[in-house]
Amino acid sequence: MIPEFGHFALILALAVALLQASLPLIGWRRRDARLLGFATSAAHGQFVCVAVAYGCLTYAFVTKDFSVAYVAQNDHSLLPLIYRISAVWGAHEGSLLLWVTILAGWTLAVSIFNRRLPADMSALVLSALGAVSVGFYLFILLTSNPFTRLVPVPEEGRDLNPILQDPGLAIHPPMLYMGYVGFSVAFAFAIAALITGRLDAAWARWTRPWTTTAWMFLTMGITLGSWWAYKELGWGGWWFWDPVENASFMPWLAGTALIHSLAVTEKRGLLKGWTVLLAILAFSLSLLGTFLVRSGVLVSVHAFATDPSRGEFILGFMAVVVGGALGLYAWRAPRLATSAELKLFSREGLLLFNNVFLLAAAGGVLLGTLYPLVLDALGLGKLSVGPPYFNAVFLPLIVPLLLLVGLAAVVPWKRGEAAPAWRRLRIPAAAAVVAAVLLPLATYGRLPAFAVAGSLLAAWTVFAAVQDVWKRVRSKPSLAAGIAGVPRAVWGMTLAHVGLGVWALGVSYVVSFGAEKDVRLAPNAGADLGGYTFTFRDEKETQGPNYLAQRGTVTVERGGSLVTTLYPEKRQFPSQGTVMTQSSIDAGLMRDLYVSLGEGYEDGSWSLRVYVKPMVRLIWGGGVLMFLGGGLAASDRRYRLARAAERSAAQASEAALA
Amino acid sequence: MRYAIPIAVLAGLLVLFMVGLQRDPRLVPSPLVSKPAPAFDLPTLDGTPPRMRTADLRGAPVLVNFFASWCAGCQDEHPYLMELARSGRVRLVGVDYKDAADDVHAWLGRHGNPYASVLADADGRTGIDWGVYGVPETFVLDAAGTIVYKQIGPMTQQAFEHNIMPLIGNRESGNGNRGGQP
Repeated sequence: MIPEFGHFALILALAVALLQASLPLIGWRRRDARLLGFATSAAHGQFVCVAVAYGCLTYAFVTKDFSVAYVAQNDHSLLPLIYRISAVWGAHEGSLLLWVTILAGWTLAVSIFNRRLPADMSALVLSALGAVSVGFYLFILLTSNPFTRLVPVPEEGRDLNPILQDPGLAIHPPMLYMGYVGFSVAFAFAIAALITGRLDAAWARWTRPWTTTAWMFLTMGITLGSWWAYKELGWGGWWFWDPVENASFMPWLAGTALIHSLAVTEKRGLLKGWTVLLAILAFSLSLLGTFLVRSGVLVSVHAFATDPSRGEFILGFMAVVVGGALGLYAWRAPRLATSAELKLFSREGLLLFNNVFLLAAAGGVLLGTLYPLVLDALGLGKLSVGPPYFNAVFLPLIVPLLLLVGLAAVVPWKRGEAAPAWRRLRIPAAAAVVAAVLLPLATYGRLPAFAVAGSLLAAWTVFAAVQDVWKRVRSKPSLAAGIAGVPRAVWGMTLAHVGLGVWALGVSYVVSFGAEKDVRLAPNAGADLGGYTFTFRDEKETQGPNYLAQRGTVTVERGGSLVTTLYPEKRQFPSQGTVMTQSSIDAGLMRDLYVSLGEGYEDGSWSLRVYVKPMVRLIWGGGVLMFLGGGLAASDRRYRLARAAERSAAQASEAALA
Repeated sequence: MRYAIPIAVLAGLLVLFMVGLQRDPRLVPSPLVSKPAPAFDLPTLDGTPPRMRTADLRGAPVLVNFFASWCAGCQDEHPYLMELARSGRVRLVGVDYKDAADDVHAWLGRHGNPYASVLADADGRTGIDWGVYGVPETFVLDAAGTIVYKQIGPMTQQAFEHNIMPLIGNRESGNGNRGGQP
């Protein structure tokens, strides 16, 4: 009964979403406050319905109800409870249900926090969100129903894909979806602005915290995904330019651009048309990502659903949603945009450059991702575009971005001048140059060009970001007052920029000083790598909860003394007949020691992959700092104060300080 | 006008995706398909005949299976190859890729030998000519010695029945048991 109940709740959610999409629009045409107000109730009702549906599916997983086809395919009686819960989003149907549940969650949040917004604006935002929900409900109910029963009922489930049985991956999709779906709020605000014609600083201020929140979750989602791939896939890499990684990275780039252009629109009332376009673009790229992953148009490690009818549905849905939004944009934006003067050497000018570089990067990634598809569609053969292309495109664009970060912090709005900017930047610049030479020299005694360049950019980004806060603190009488006086938004921005620098440092160190080796070792034989000696001791069979593992013991020594003992495994999951490598990592701030087990040989020797990864943790550390920075920025009190005190656009934009 | 650029770009992308959806992304065609099998001249494992050339594969459809004793995927497909050999539905020729003679003798002794002939490609030169990038790989040759299909990864019943049988036609024979039984 429970699955049928869930199915029914989902149908009900669709009905409510239909009303939520249509009635407020009618209310706006007729200036009917009651119909406008209905949007809020509908948002609440829709959330309850979909939460019930989601709860029903989770219940089916936890109770191992193999009469439900989706549960039978992804659950197993031996699967630990935590993975039975996360298995709900372990495959296509359930992850869509998670997607739409999160969408309803965002809609609920908008309906709660938007109370102070003008009624028509709030209602139209909810209406646009409702319309997006309708598409996803239809998609689930028509092509991917997770509640379909299975006859006859199998005795045992086919188990969750072993690759997903990892804590990192259990929380990676929800985080990622929080980000993906969160951009729908910025999208809905853009639609409401285009319809009402209210495209001003106040609009930007309403949109900013939503966008920043979505961005911070997306950042965390991508970071988790990268960390998971590093430790789980056994290849020692942290980013593969896989089509599905790209699908999450493109909205991130567009969303990052959006955050910065929203700042310009809020502070200076400029770049309005551009900002609205970016809001549409960020969410469109999220939808594109969904399409690429779900339709099986591109092959990747992630493509777990290949079904043309699903692909056609998403394509049609994308045509309606994105096409409708861009059509609206083409029609309305020319009248709303202003062509005020924008000086290039000013903060808004530099932020515009930031946008150009970010979007160029997104465009480059899009091109590389779709190029194989284009060639195939034109019948020109099959090929794949690999990391060399992406690195060649991405690196030249990220370098000016890092330089800009430091510069933009000291250049004022409206009109900047070179001399004062230079006065404030010479100390950070000098410190960055010193750090760029000292850091690689002190840690590795060598100065490879890439490490020097990376350290320089990283130190520059960090020092320039910190000097901005330092200047604010110093202008106050005491340190405590100074620290308290810095707005959270500035702390957030600083933290995120420091995170960018930390990330850059990690990348340049891994690339410059990382070492790896494929070796075949007999028991008690050793291999030297990066100053460490990896010795293969033995291999034993062990039993996990739902797998059988061959477990190697590898000791790592440096200068004759034991550093750590690693236990890489090869796990066999009988339920699916698959083998997974479980690498073993000794993690540290300065370096990771990483071993993964290859093949065993008759004579008792094993092939092993050993890596030394200097400062690889900084890559994810940078992501975490960006996440925290986003959280601080989104919770800045002026968003709350401004909402409570003031609806007037003009006054609010003056009150908002950098 | 410039405000309409985004929607024009979108329209282009949608058309592209529509075409892309009609295609199977998993298909990786070998450039050698529908070309004559590349020339080779390799020693056989058992020495009878001492060497075999490309011409020796003509006359009837044949499965050329690149394998090695060190390869895990080859063990996976081996039981099915044994079954194929027993049924006598098609001739199997093995190419032992980058392997030592002792190792492969031991391996075939342990798992059984499904092959009518086993050729030794010790330095992997023939594998390069045939475009092998990982074992196991299986090439299907028609009677004229033209490559009609390439199976990447282990041979499976699914692949054989659905992809290969239609290409080589039905060769009913009850006495075609060429696989040397252990």
